[in-house]
Amino acid sequence: MSYVIPKESYTGKVLSFDFGKDDRAVTVGGENTLPFLSFEGQQPSRPVIACEIQDCPPDDWPDTVKEAYKDVSGDPVAWARHCQDVLNAKAIALRLLSTHPDRDDRSAEDAAGTVRDVLAAVDVPLVILGSNHIEKDSTVLVAAAEAASGYNCIIGKAQEGNYKTIVAAALAHNHKLIAMSELDINLAKQLNILITQMGFSKEKLITDPMCSALGYGLEYTYSVMERIRLAALAQNDPTMQPPILGDVGMYVWKIKETVAPEADVPEWGTLRERGIAWEAITATAMLLAGTNLLIMRHPAAIETVEKTIDELV
Amino acid sequence: MIIIGEKISVIAKKVREAMNARDPEPIQELAAAQWKAGAHFIDVNIGPAEENGEDLMKWMVESIQQVVQAPLCLDTTNAAALEAGLQAHNNEWGRPLINSTSNEPDRFVMLEMAAKHNAQCIALTLGKGSLPADAEERCGIAAEIMARAAEYGVPMEDLFLDPLILQVCTMQDQAIHAIKAVKMFQELNDPPMKTVVGLSNVSNGVPKEMRSLIDRVYLTLLMYEGLSAAIMNPLDKDLMDVLKTTDIFLGNTLYAHSYLEM
Repeated sequence: MSYVIPKESYTGKVLSFDFGKDDRAVTVGGENTLPFLSFEGQQPSRPVIACEIQDCPPDDWPDTVKEAYKDVSGDPVAWARHCQDVLNAKAIALRLLSTHPDRDDRSAEDAAGTVRDVLAAVDVPLVILGSNHIEKDSTVLVAAAEAASGYNCIIGKAQEGNYKTIVAAALAHNHKLIAMSELDINLAKQLNILITQMGFSKEKLITDPMCSALGYGLEYTYSVMERIRLAALAQNDPTMQPPILGDVGMYVWKIKETVAPEADVPEWGTLRERGIAWEAITATAMLLAGTNLLIMRHPAAIETVEKTIDELV
Repeated sequence: MIIIGEKISVIAKKVREAMNARDPEPIQELAAAQWKAGAHFIDVNIGPAEENGEDLMKWMVESIQQVVQAPLCLDTTNAAALEAGLQAHNNEWGRPLINSTSNEPDRFVMLEMAAKHNAQCIALTLGKGSLPADAEERCGIAAEIMARAAEYGVPMEDLFLDPLILQVCTMQDQAIHAIKAVKMFQELNDPPMKTVVGLSNVSNGVPKEMRSLIDRVYLTLLMYEGLSAAIMNPLDKDLMDVLKTTDIFLGNTLYAHSYLEM
C-alpha cells in the first residue's frame, strides 16, 4: 500500500503586514499552515531576521558578539549602516537601551534624535524597541513613534502596564506594534483584545509572547508560540492571528553557555562557536514554533539561520 | 459552534408584515443585528409560501445579503421557492444551508436541491409516521436519510443531522433522547456526522421568563455531546454568554479575560 501524507487543512490564516518603505519594505506572516508545511498550505512570506543594534555601546554583550561590531558599535548610525551595507541585513532592530533609568536614563527627546539619525542613514525597515522599562517606554516610544512618522516602522513593546500610550502613538503615526506578554498565552490573547478594542487594527499587530534561550525556558516559549499558531489556524481565533516576534539575541547573549571562557569549561568547546550555535539553534526553534520575525545579534548566527530558512521554504 | 440566527421567521408578526409589504428594512435590521451578535448563518423562514414563494424567497435572500456578509439558511417547504433562493444566494461568504430534508417523501426534493446547487442540508430525523420514540429510532431514520443523500450525491460532510427537539413542558423524556441522539449521530460516519438543533423548541410552551434559562442549560448539555450547530437566538446575550463559556470549557476557544466580548 502506498503511503499517503496526512494533511491538515485549517479554517484560519495568519495575518500579514509589511513594514519599511517603498521597495525595501518587507512582508511578514500570511501563512495558512503550520511553519514550513508547504505541502499542506501556503507560507507566502519568508521569515524575516532583523539585525539588532542599540543606541549605546554594547558593554554588557559578551565578547563574541561585541567583537563582531567593534568598529561600529560606538555610533548607532555607523552600526546601522554596517548592518545594511556590509551584512546585507533585511531589517534592523534599534533598541533604545540608553533610555533605561538604570543605564544612562537618556531622555525621550534624545531617543527621538537617534531614531531620526538612523532613519536618515539607512533605508531598510526599522524595528524600534524601548528599553523594556514600563514607565520610561511609554514616553520614549511615543517620542520615537513621532520621530519615525511616515517610515512605517514596527514599534514596541507595548505591555499590559503601558500599552495605552504606545498604542495611541502607533495609531497616530501609522506604525506596526509589538504586543508583549510574559509567557502566558491567555494574557497574550487578552492584550491583543485590549489593544484592538482601542481601535488599533489587528492587522498591524505582532505578538511577542516573550522569548527565552535554549536551556533557559525555550520549551515554554516554544509551547506558547505553537499554541498561538494552533488557535489562529485550527480555532480560527482572530485575536491570535497576528504574526509572532522572537526577540532572540537579548535572551541568548547573557547566559553562561555564551559567556563562560574555555579555560573554565574546556569540555564545552570553543566559546565563539558555542555562542553562535546557541543563538542559531534558539532562533531555529522559534521559527519551527511559528515565529515570523526574529531579532538576532551575531552575523554568523544570522547567516546560519538564513541558510536554514533557504532549505525549509 | 455554528450559530444559525432564528429571528427572521414568518411566525413573527413584524417579519410577516414586512414580507407581505416587501419592506426590506425590518428584515435587514434583524439580519444585521444577528450577524453582529455572532450568527454564522441567518435563517430565512418563509413558511410554506404557497403564493409567490419564489419571488418572496429571492427578494428575502437579496435583501438580507445586501446588509450581511454571511451565508443563509433557507427555511421553507416550498421547493420552487427554495430553488429561487439558492439561485439568488451569494456564495462568496459561504455556501447556503437548506432547512430541511427528512424521511418524509415530500422532503426528498431538498436533497436533490442540495446536490444541484452545491448547498449544505439539514436533515430532520423525522419519519412518515409518529414522532421518533428515542435516540435509537432517530439513528435509524438518520441512517436512511444518509443512504438517500448518498444516492442523490450529497456528501456526508454537507449534511447536518437534526434529532428534532421537542418541548420539555409536555414531552420531558424526549429531552434526554435528543441529547443522546446528538452523540450517537456522530458515530454514524467517519469523519463524524455534523449535528444541528432547533434550540428554542425545547422551551416552547414554558412561561416566557423561563425560556432563556431552559435554552441555555439545554444548549450546554448538547454542546458537551458535540453539537456542531444550533438554530437559536443570537440576540439573547445570556444565551450567547453561556455558549461562549461552554466553548471555553470544551477547549474550543482560548481563554482570555475578555472572552465574552469577542
